[in-house]
Amino acid sequence: MSTAEFEETATATLDAELGQRSPDAKIEMESRELSVWFGSRKVLEGVSIKFPSNSVTALIGPSGCGKSTYIRTLNRLHELIPGAALAGEVLYEGEDIYAPEIDPVSIRLKIGMVFQKPNPFPSMTIRGNVLSGLKLSGMKRPNHDDIVEETLTAAGLWKEVKDRLDHAAGELSGGQAQRLVIARALAVQPRVLLMDEPCSALDPASTLKVEDTIAELSKSMTIIIVTHNMQQAVRVSDTTAFFLAAENEPGHVVEQGPTTEIFSNPQDERTLDYVNGRFG
Amino acid sequence: MSTGLDQKPRRLPKPTAFHRGDRVFTRLVTVAAFTSLAVLLGIAIFLGTQMIPVIQSQGLAFFTTTEWTFTFAMDESDEVKFGIFGMIYGSIVLALIAVVISVPIALLLAVFVVFLAPARVAKWMTNFIDLMAAIPSIIIGLWALYIFQPVGVEWAALLNQYLGWIPFFSVTSDNFIGSPFIAGWVLAIMMIPIVTAVTREVLDRTPPELVNAAESLGCSLWTMLRYVALPFGRGGLVGGVMLGMGRALGETVAVYFVLKLVFDVNLFRILDSGGGSVATMIVAKFGEAGPQELQVLLASGFVLFIGTLIVNIIANAIVNRTGKLKS
Repeated sequence: MSTAEFEETATATLDAELGQRSPDAKIEMESRELSVWFGSRKVLEGVSIKFPSNSVTALIGPSGCGKSTYIRTLNRLHELIPGAALAGEVLYEGEDIYAPEIDPVSIRLKIGMVFQKPNPFPSMTIRGNVLSGLKLSGMKRPNHDDIVEETLTAAGLWKEVKDRLDHAAGELSGGQAQRLVIARALAVQPRVLLMDEPCSALDPASTLKVEDTIAELSKSMTIIIVTHNMQQAVRVSDTTAFFLAAENEPGHVVEQGPTTEIFSNPQDERTLDYVNGRFG
Repeated sequence: MSTGLDQKPRRLPKPTAFHRGDRVFTRLVTVAAFTSLAVLLGIAIFLGTQMIPVIQSQGLAFFTTTEWTFTFAMDESDEVKFGIFGMIYGSIVLALIAVVISVPIALLLAVFVVFLAPARVAKWMTNFIDLMAAIPSIIIGLWALYIFQPVGVEWAALLNQYLGWIPFFSVTSDNFIGSPFIAGWVLAIMMIPIVTAVTREVLDRTPPELVNAAESLGCSLWTMLRYVALPFGRGGLVGGVMLGMGRALGETVAVYFVLKLVFDVNLFRILDSGGGSVATMIVAKFGEAGPQELQVLLASGFVLFIGTLIVNIIANAIVNRTGKLKS
């Protein structure tokens, strides 16, 4: 199958799927007029995006336009960087996650994250990695063996590692390590999963496996994925937001909507140029 | 799969073979490297040869007894006895006290500098701690004698008052001056900059992606340290502690000022006046030593030398064990 054919099929599938979703699907998360600073440098301005429940949203745009920064504000990792600041609101189930009474740890547990570089803890076993979130956050969950099997199965890794759960996580390949950290994120039962270019360090075969995992997970959770890979955005996402930053200007959202619209019929010329690979 | 082609690899020249400057420099570097090795071996052999006559005259009693004949006061006919068990034991006790006090302080200091302090405070503090390592031990000794000891004695009295039921903190007299506890504190103060510097370096190298992972899993500072940063840096941390312990074992002058040297073994009463230290004993006895006693002191130096060597070997063994996993 050629890329064009593949995209066509993927798009058709997506169309069918999107058709099944009710237009007023529940909004799990949204940001309203979100602006972000590092020290005195403003890196994002007025970003408003809605993330429907149990869907995949792709954030696309050239490097340095603030996509990674943006998703780090969605689970309050942004504020751990010295000098970080923000204005506007991030709502999770209608509540402002930056309200003074909200414990950031509770937010990070509900809104999990997978990073660009697979980062299992090297001093722990495969099993230890899956359960590490429970230790780190002090969360109590019974039946650890079940958690390990469930999450590794959900991440599509169980069959490959079930006989060596007590081996070092360092033995895994990059693609396996990335699925291990997905399982690790799932073990604390998040409702939303943020993924910051989860496949950019992986080979094509591993990439497809992670994409299968994303498709499977999105049936029961909300996924927000940053990607530089246009085909990937088309393959995995229901909706897409296109970020752009002019030189020395903060990044902002140029256009957002159903992925098929953004890729086949964008309203803004810059979106058209970007999705067709003419810049970025 | 072999294709049956019979080939031998060609000889390729060393990269330094072509330039005269390279050749000269290579030799210079090699000689310098082996010189340090030769010096180390020379010291070991010199001290080791002093050991032989001492063992011949004293036997194993040199290591296992505590009797010491004061040669300047004896008659020709007397049998001389030298036993340094109390000193060996005392050195180990002092080093352990110093480790117990300094390691937690150094660890907390390093955590503050790496994870909590604002950049400017961290930089200022780092320089300050490094400066602490540069204070000559004679200055530390004087400070310990005149400023620290009066305070340390109060601490010792308090410890004894409330925890005296623990054998370590019991005493035989009310004299807290010159105790292993005081000397251990002084050594701890000398260890803190070394252990802090290494610990800070190790914690600073915790890969940011691992810290990020822990943060995204809802860690606290404590759980991040316990499950991510400390396991990652374990080898380096042990190395740092052992480095500090090496200094504590070998430290002479600072201890000389605050430890009341007694040859009897003070087995466990660390608050009681009087203790031992091989290094300090050597410097204390050196000035008044006759030829035979001098030989005994050099042999004691050999014991110290071997002791620090053993500490280093143990450190290496622990560092190399880092492959072990926790689930």
